[in-house]
Amino acid sequence: MALLANAAVLLGKEVRTEFRSRELLSTTMVFVLIVVVVFSFTFDPTTNESRRFGPGLLWMAFLFAASLMLQPCFLREQVNDTLGALRLAVSDPFAIFLAKICANTLFLLLTELLMLPVFAALFNVSFRVQLPGILLTFFLGSLGISIVGTALAVISAQARMRELLLPLLLLPLLTPILVVSTEVTIRLMQPEPYLEWQGIGLMAGFDVVFLTVLWLFGEYLLEE
Amino acid sequence: MPAAPVRSIGLQFDQVDKRYGAVYALRNLTLSIAAGECVAIAGRNGSGKTTLLRVAAQLVRPTRGLITFSSGAEHPRPAIGFVAHATMVYDELTAVENLIFFAKLQGVSEAKTCADELLREVGLEDRKDSLVRTFSRGMRQRVAIARALLGQPSLLLFDEPATGLDAESNAWLTEHLRKLRDTGCTILMSLHGESALAHLATRAIRLEGGGVIADTRRGAMFQSIFAAAGC
Repeated sequence: MALLANAAVLLGKEVRTEFRSRELLSTTMVFVLIVVVVFSFTFDPTTNESRRFGPGLLWMAFLFAASLMLQPCFLREQVNDTLGALRLAVSDPFAIFLAKICANTLFLLLTELLMLPVFAALFNVSFRVQLPGILLTFFLGSLGISIVGTALAVISAQARMRELLLPLLLLPLLTPILVVSTEVTIRLMQPEPYLEWQGIGLMAGFDVVFLTVLWLFGEYLLEE
Repeated sequence: MPAAPVRSIGLQFDQVDKRYGAVYALRNLTLSIAAGECVAIAGRNGSGKTTLLRVAAQLVRPTRGLITFSSGAEHPRPAIGFVAHATMVYDELTAVENLIFFAKLQGVSEAKTCADELLREVGLEDRKDSLVRTFSRGMRQRVAIARALLGQPSLLLFDEPATGLDAESNAWLTEHLRKLRDTGCTILMSLHGESALAHLATRAIRLEGGGVIADTRRGAMFQSIFAAAGC
């Protein structure tokens, strides 16, 4: 219970500071918007083309937006050594990860949901019928990106080539969940859309495995 | 705030090494600090004072050796108050938000009351709703000290706590630490420069090259430790 209570307090702080500065949300939203708009001009977005290229494009934009978002999540804790203060204050260091993962997932999901109508309008597709499936796919995909990204963000924050290191480590590790997320989204954009439960299961499995690894070994990542 | 007696913690460093690459920050350090002691650590820049405190706070894992706490707890982190070189508070939060946040994490009951009381004690009551990023160095240091005192810690680790403090705040800190020392709180503080805080110490240690080269309790040797360390 102490773990969840600590994580809730930490999440509250993450949300409060982000909505006060709006640094991460504005950056990622502008980035995704630019990608979606630019690609809508590069090819004629008929409905069939959108169904073929759209999901891949969308997840690529989310991935790069996430890497922008994840980079500062532990760098900000280094400015005044607040990570040290957090480690002294919490009873279980996993609470720090849990709060960061929840915050990153929330911010990424918010970006995705705000960009979805823009994508639908520019690429001539409708998500209205498949909305619950899209939401579930976006949630599990964003959660996976956040879990792996948060773990790698704490590693890269202590490295010299930190700006390069995070994307370099992030992309190969996220390939499985990105492929599955894209495949599931493609199915949801078919003329007769359906939710591919096997893909959903794989995404959930990916999230559980990496969350467990982080729970077991996360404390070592926080050490100086 | 420090009136109630605390459950003291003693600590023991047993052949501790901390190495950064090829450089030893601590080398074969063996040191025993009894519960309730107030220890001043002196030493030149790079002598290992900060590393010793961070190892004691369990923020840094030693390369070799063992740290044990006399309370018997494996991780007595919530009972440790630590003031580091950095302020360890969030610039984007107000002073009171910072203290309430850390108080809640530490499980302090009545976090708001506790935060208000500490801010009043450090003289920041009228600026408690201002963002920390608008504060001067000395004001930030006062917030840092207030944060370290949350939850009545039984072990205080202070790394040059008087940095940036004016004479009035310095006097307050000295008086506050005196009360804490008298209630049985174990205090370990690194000092640099002439400081009234040195007079609080019941024991002085001088570090050089990551090891203890002088260790004395009050007496003729006491002031010479600070003089020899260039403080």
